[in-house]
Amino acid sequence: MFGLDKKDTTLLIVVALMVLLAPFILNPFPEGSAMAQFNAGYPDLMQRFVIFGIFAIGFNILFGLTGYLSFGHAAFLGVGSYSAVWMFKLLSMNIIPAIVLSILVSGIFAAVIGFVSLRRSGIYFSILTLAFAQMSYNLAYSVLTPITNGETGLQLSLNDPRILGSSATADGSIPVTSLFGLEMRAAEQIQIGPWAFQFSVGFYTCAIIMLIAFYLSIRIFRSPFGLMLRAVKSNQQRMNYTGLNTRPYTLTAFIISGMYAGLAGGLLACMDPLAGAERMQWTASGEVVLMTILGGAGTLIGPVLGAGFIKYFENIFSKINESTLDGWFSFLPDGLQHAVVWVADHFVGSGWHLTLGILFMLVVIFLPGGLVEGGQRIYAWISGSKRKAKAAETKTEPAE
Amino acid sequence: MSKTDISRRGVLKSGAVAGAGLAVPTIFTASSAHAFTNEPTGSSVTLGFNVPQTGPYADEGMDELRAFQLAVEHLNGGGDGGMLQTFSSKALKGNGILGKEVKFVTGDTQTKSDAARASAKSMIEKDGAIMVSGGSSSGVAVAVQGLCQEAGVIFMAGLTHSNDTTGKDKKANGFRHFFNAYMSAAALAPVLEKLYGKDRKAYHLTADYTWGWTQQESIAAATEAMGWETVNNVLTPLASTDFSSYIAPVLNSGADVLVLNHYGGNMVNSLTNAVQFGLREKQANGKNFEIVVPLYSELMAKGAGENIKGIVGSSNWDWKLQDEGTKAFVKSFGTKYGFPPSQAAQTCYVQALLYADAVERAGSFNPCAVVEALEGGDSSLPGISSPSNKGYLFDGLGNGQTLYRSADHQCFKDVLVVKGQENPTSEFDLLEVVEVTPVAQVWYEPDNPMFAGGNLGKCNPGA
Repeated sequence: MFGLDKKDTTLLIVVALMVLLAPFILNPFPEGSAMAQFNAGYPDLMQRFVIFGIFAIGFNILFGLTGYLSFGHAAFLGVGSYSAVWMFKLLSMNIIPAIVLSILVSGIFAAVIGFVSLRRSGIYFSILTLAFAQMSYNLAYSVLTPITNGETGLQLSLNDPRILGSSATADGSIPVTSLFGLEMRAAEQIQIGPWAFQFSVGFYTCAIIMLIAFYLSIRIFRSPFGLMLRAVKSNQQRMNYTGLNTRPYTLTAFIISGMYAGLAGGLLACMDPLAGAERMQWTASGEVVLMTILGGAGTLIGPVLGAGFIKYFENIFSKINESTLDGWFSFLPDGLQHAVVWVADHFVGSGWHLTLGILFMLVVIFLPGGLVEGGQRIYAWISGSKRKAKAAETKTEPAE
Repeated sequence: MSKTDISRRGVLKSGAVAGAGLAVPTIFTASSAHAFTNEPTGSSVTLGFNVPQTGPYADEGMDELRAFQLAVEHLNGGGDGGMLQTFSSKALKGNGILGKEVKFVTGDTQTKSDAARASAKSMIEKDGAIMVSGGSSSGVAVAVQGLCQEAGVIFMAGLTHSNDTTGKDKKANGFRHFFNAYMSAAALAPVLEKLYGKDRKAYHLTADYTWGWTQQESIAAATEAMGWETVNNVLTPLASTDFSSYIAPVLNSGADVLVLNHYGGNMVNSLTNAVQFGLREKQANGKNFEIVVPLYSELMAKGAGENIKGIVGSSNWDWKLQDEGTKAFVKSFGTKYGFPPSQAAQTCYVQALLYADAVERAGSFNPCAVVEALEGGDSSLPGISSPSNKGYLFDGLGNGQTLYRSADHQCFKDVLVVKGQENPTSEFDLLEVVEVTPVAQVWYEPDNPMFAGGNLGKCNPGA
């Protein structure tokens, strides 16, 4: 289907089902129960899962296929966000022009940065992209304040022109982002027994765009162009000796990857019309590298899993506080309870980075192929065939 | 190689799947039956406390969190009741809010607008928070206030000092108890004139975001009005930790006063750098070189240690004030945590109480009813004749008589001018109150040019 072979079609359908049924899958615990803390099925987080999934898929097209490690991808995310918010300010609250502009602008941005950075490879390329991203960050943060509103972040106001829309709604508030009248924030809650499931328009819009992005990435992976990129990864020098100029290929991959990031940035702004400079900071660039490696670089589904994993930690673990912990460990004797809470407190709340760091180390050491390799091992273990496990292991191509 | 052969069955199948995919979002567009966002239906009500636990304002954030926890305890009838006893409104009885037990969720804003909004969103969408409070940066406060307006919940701003929060970015669902940059400048200028004279040249270092900009604008305008000259204004990134490169040029700029428009960890670092460069022993233009910090707090004084001695600034509140409300609050905070509260703690505690009180008086959690209750009747501050002097007047929360002005949801009250204590009597005795500037002196009209351009809009109950 869609010009894919059977295996890829299955993968696409599985991903589609997972994404479209996410409100159910991510809300396994009934409302009001002690475990409800770990539910992730609310619109904002689900949107982040799929948007950062798009970001990571795009990053993987560059990193997974060509092996070029860009440390500045957040710059494109930020550029996408700023373009989208400017579109909301000037044109209308419809998300289509915002998304189109964010993809275009980040594509142009990627072409410029890629043209310079791709003259070097390996660590020099990484440092160049990092430098460009930091430059963009500082520009957005202070120099270009009239365009970006600096640290405060670019926001909508009642005085924006919005030529094709209205500056303010009839009741005097800022209009909300929509797709031809379908409001992004509209949501429906369905109560099934003690479970409450939320379905939001914003999430399904992002989800469908993400599935399209995922499908495109499969096509790129399986295309002759993708094969060429893999060849660049395995030995670029040999490619050059055979008389082939690899730079147009890598530059195209870089631009495509930048456009993916721009799309993700634009979508972030569509869901919440605000763009801040911190989206371009090097930590944000590092995050997408972590997502890709954590999930499994070079695999199709890995980056999406990695993105979900990191966003889950950021949003769920950071919200567990001391009083929640006290509740969990209240069955322990008093002195012991305090001790346990004191220790656990450092791994949740603002200490969620610590937990994530430990898990990242464990994954990199024991599952170099990322979460995908973990999944394959479990699958092999269940099906009970050791030979299969070996075959699966050789199939993953961990990033070097 | 990809397969591109198209069969009739294939087209039908893919068409059906694509159609189903496109139809999915339209199934779920009907809005829910609640009267307003997160209407509390059970026996409890959830408030969201969104404070910085990491980043340059983390100290303030942690103190805010302590104050919120104390406020919740008092609202639920625990502890000694704190300011509930001294508050002029007697609607709160210590049985929760409207009989519902108060619960809370916390989040980390990381002192970043993006993270703060994500955290506030999860409070509203996942935990069902009916009110969001906190924020130790005006950038964050403005961002979260916008979000709350959109989502239809009340935002009770914590520590935010930018003119914009209740100026050009004001929102109907947002309220601020804390004072602002304009008030700081209006209170400081006469004291600065008295201490340092009319003929001074000032060099500004300013945190590069909404608070820094408006703080610098306000203080420059107020000091220029009394004859000072502004030599230069340099913007510094909020995330900086080392300010030496910004301090060095000050020495040769011809200035004799350094104004640090910095707050929290920023100010601690920049002041330390300035003192290390020997600015305070320096003579310029035949006068002693002086440093001014327009806004500062006990927490910053503690961080800056010796360096803060004798430095003049302004403050919203100080634990050494002698009114009943302050005494009650300091006592219960001190008993619980073992040290006196900061001004950030006080404003957050008061905001939580004011919200609960407004709900009680309105008899409903509906944001529009709460907004109406907080905007109050037609009571006004005595001694100020202005048509905008209207709103909700209260007393007994530590700042004396205070007005929640209905025109822009800003509180008006006396402002403290403080100085770093030269001879501290205890480890908590860091600030000395130089002067209590009466509210009439810091009053401004809602259409003041520094606040113009905004629009409250209409209250939004969401859903």
